[in-house]
Amino acid sequence: MSDCNDALHELYEFIDGELTAERRALIEGHLHRCSPCLEAYDFHAELRIVVSQKCREEVPEALRRRIASALDAEPGGTAPA
Amino acid sequence: MADQATFAEQAMPLMASLYSAALRMTRNPSDAEDLVQETYLKAYRAFAGFEQGTNLKAWLYRILTNTFINIYRAKKRRPDETELDEVEDLYLYRRLGGIEAATLGRSAEDELMDMFTEAEIKTALEDLPEQFRMAVLLADVEGFSYKEIAEILDIPIGTVMSRLHRGRTGLQKRLYDFATTRGLADRPDPDPGGSAGHDVATPSRRTS
Repeated sequence: MSDCNDALHELYEFIDGELTAERRALIEGHLHRCSPCLEAYDFHAELRIVVSQKCREEVPEALRRRIASALDAEPGGTAPA
Repeated sequence: MADQATFAEQAMPLMASLYSAALRMTRNPSDAEDLVQETYLKAYRAFAGFEQGTNLKAWLYRILTNTFINIYRAKKRRPDETELDEVEDLYLYRRLGGIEAATLGRSAEDELMDMFTEAEIKTALEDLPEQFRMAVLLADVEGFSYKEIAEILDIPIGTVMSRLHRGRTGLQKRLYDFATTRGLADRPDPDPGGSAGHDVATPSRRTS
């Protein structure tokens, strides 16, 4: 029981790849044995992918051109700000 | 060696990613374009100080974030640290878990991918108060580590983690609202006329 609580407590750190190898291995062991926790983990990992994929934007061509010409107009550009 | 050609070669390919982030920050295409242009100009001018071999993307995001805070937040007077309602852990999972289990032969990813439109995901993210929105954007959309986010936002790692946690549950609550509105998930007080299906009315993008 407390394994599940521990696993869910560290869900985001696991998904974000922020756990130590040791903690990660412990949780992976638990997920192998506990399908409810595995499902919860999958759901959140996949939700993260969905959020990331649905928030991509194309750069308007006009903006690309505007930035390129603004940079062209800069003198040198290597002086510290 | 940090020079103009190196800048163009390394920084220009990151524009789509910076523009996406700028849109989520400003919630307005015209402000987002100005923000990205300003970021590139500042970065270009400061590029001599960029240490080659370190993380250029994180460096650009730091400039983007600071520029956003300086220009756009100043405009509408600094909003007080807005609070976000406490939302329980696993909010969306506990409510949608059954839907996935009921659909055989499809992964949870396909289900979620179909369930929410781009506009809904973007709106849910943009509706988060700024400090939570930034954390979720940098982690979930851009894939920065906690340490990188801490550096970009200039806050401690513990604060990154708590903002991320609350931002993500807040986002889930908003997504659940969309799902119930469209009849894709049960709500506490079910609408008898609500039809289920993935291709029913998709709310149009809210612009503010």
